[in-house]
Amino acid sequence: MELLVALAIGVLTFSGVYLILRARTFSVALGLTLFSYAVNLFLFVMGRLHTGKPAVLSEASSYTDPVPQALVLTAIVIGFAMTAFVLILALRAHTELGSDHVDGAEKARPSGEIKKALAKMKQQKRKRTGATR
Amino acid sequence: MNHWLIAPILLPLLCGAMLMTASRSPVRLVRILSASSVFLLLLCAIYLVMQAVSGEIQVYALGNWSAPFGIALVLDRLSAFMLLVTAVLAVFVTLYALRGDDRRGRYFHALLQFQLAGINGAFLTGDLFNLFVFFEILLIASYALLLHGLGPARIRAALHYVVLNLIGSGLFLIAAGLFYGIAGTLNMADLARFVAQAEGDQLYLLEAAGALLILVFGLKAAFLPLHFWLPRAYASATAPVAALFAIMTKVGLYSILRFSTLVFGEQAGAASGLGSSVLWILALLTMALAALGAFAASSLTSLLAYLVLVSVGTLLAGIAVGTEAAISATLYYLVHSTWVIAGLFLLADIIAKQRGELGSSFKVGPRLFNPYLLGGCFFAAAIAVAGLPPFSGFFGKILLLKAVSGDAAWQLWSVVLVAGLIGVIGLSRAGSLLFWRHHAAESKAAAMDKVAFLITVLLLLSSPLLVVFAQPVISYTEATAAQLLDVPSYLQALRLEEAL
Repeated sequence: MELLVALAIGVLTFSGVYLILRARTFSVALGLTLFSYAVNLFLFVMGRLHTGKPAVLSEASSYTDPVPQALVLTAIVIGFAMTAFVLILALRAHTELGSDHVDGAEKARPSGEIKKALAKMKQQKRKRTGATR
Repeated sequence: MNHWLIAPILLPLLCGAMLMTASRSPVRLVRILSASSVFLLLLCAIYLVMQAVSGEIQVYALGNWSAPFGIALVLDRLSAFMLLVTAVLAVFVTLYALRGDDRRGRYFHALLQFQLAGINGAFLTGDLFNLFVFFEILLIASYALLLHGLGPARIRAALHYVVLNLIGSGLFLIAAGLFYGIAGTLNMADLARFVAQAEGDQLYLLEAAGALLILVFGLKAAFLPLHFWLPRAYASATAPVAALFAIMTKVGLYSILRFSTLVFGEQAGAASGLGSSVLWILALLTMALAALGAFAASSLTSLLAYLVLVSVGTLLAGIAVGTEAAISATLYYLVHSTWVIAGLFLLADIIAKQRGELGSSFKVGPRLFNPYLLGGCFFAAAIAVAGLPPFSGFFGKILLLKAVSGDAAWQLWSVVLVAGLIGVIGLSRAGSLLFWRHHAAESKAAAMDKVAFLITVLLLLSSPLLVVFAQPVISYTEATAAQLLDVPSYLQALRLEEAL
């Protein structure tokens, strides 16, 4: 079970970090969600893995640690609220800035039309220099 | 048990909740409520400082659960000091916002109160997970405050700020989880006790968790590789918000200071002084690069944002050295830099309002209404923030430089002095462009708000006052530094001393 949980945390973190590093706000929001899942699982596991043991005082002789569970609850609530906030902010950024790039605008790459215009100018220049010769 | 310890958290929290529901009530009521809350907070902070002066560490056990099991609020000299710095700043920021900036969004005052509750809580708490919760409170309020007034520039800056801080929160949780998984406690004093005895694998894991925590605090404090969000965020925020944010980087620095002295202090054995050599290099690099950024800034607000970074570098250098004299000097410089930079942000707003559409960008604009008054004020504030005599920045830097000895001394001397020089050049470029070069035309913008100007000047007056009252302030910071390095008495106050 330990291996399975560790793998789950690892895969979630990996995918989360990969998505956070993407340039679109939506994939960043998704990445943040996955990352917070990984973090919550990790926090939960820090109370060690047990099966079939009570978390509250009863007649049993051994218990699971209730503190990480309380911590996870807090973390889930905060993480959930923040995901909602990021999505609203991303939507707002999209309407206000007209782009869903995380920097608010695309990298200034020469677009297709500009490239064509540049090529045309070069050709004309070549022609002109050819004519003077 | 002194119940006043929890007042700096409860008062703004209650007031904020009231203001949330009162968003439709008359503006005057909202303003009176908010202003009276910050004034009460100031009185409360003064009372707590008077309590802390004696050197006794007071503990407030929430729900009367004793220390390692329940959450404890701890008031020592450092906490009280930070509370006072915050409260004074909050009073000026609120008064300035009352002059009209609070009308640009509906919940400004409520958010401000929540932010104060979060900051005060972070300074008071003695529990790692509780620190996380207060960090979240102050961050959530700050996300919304940064967006106050809206506009594309703010949204763009806020997106980076929010995403980065959410990643930071995730890392904080991993660190807290690691600490709990290894040590079985989240109380910081109890952690200190555990770290002092840890060895082998446990020690490595604890050190990894500690390094993660420093990374998270570093994101808040904004030192070198983690600072990219700051210039844009601070430059685009509304003036009172930017002024309030002057304390935000200090929350991160406070946490680093608290952790490096308490948990990874001298008593920690193998783990003591975790990361201080790395922090030292990062501090020097932060100072140097931030000074270059200030030199290349394209507007007054972004120049000020880079000056915030310079002060972060200076403070971090003091923390990395970690001797009693260095910590004392750091604290003195911390008050100075918080108040003066906040005052400068407010002053920049007054100047920007007179330049109409140009705002605070460095372009030749119309003639200001009050060039001599504003120019003189800017000149004095620039001297203070750049660290030239006769203002407090100079004395803060001198104290810090004097506190460092040996090989580190020439490194710090050269970086601080060169960064100071570049800062002076940047500031004088800003001043000459804003006040001396202008079109013939008079500005079409509204005349100066005299009350707002008075508030700004009063906040900036803190710099000469810090020089006049340097003796009591420095004796307090020296006592604070001594108390910080005396970890056993901290544990004793929480009744955790047996095992150490």
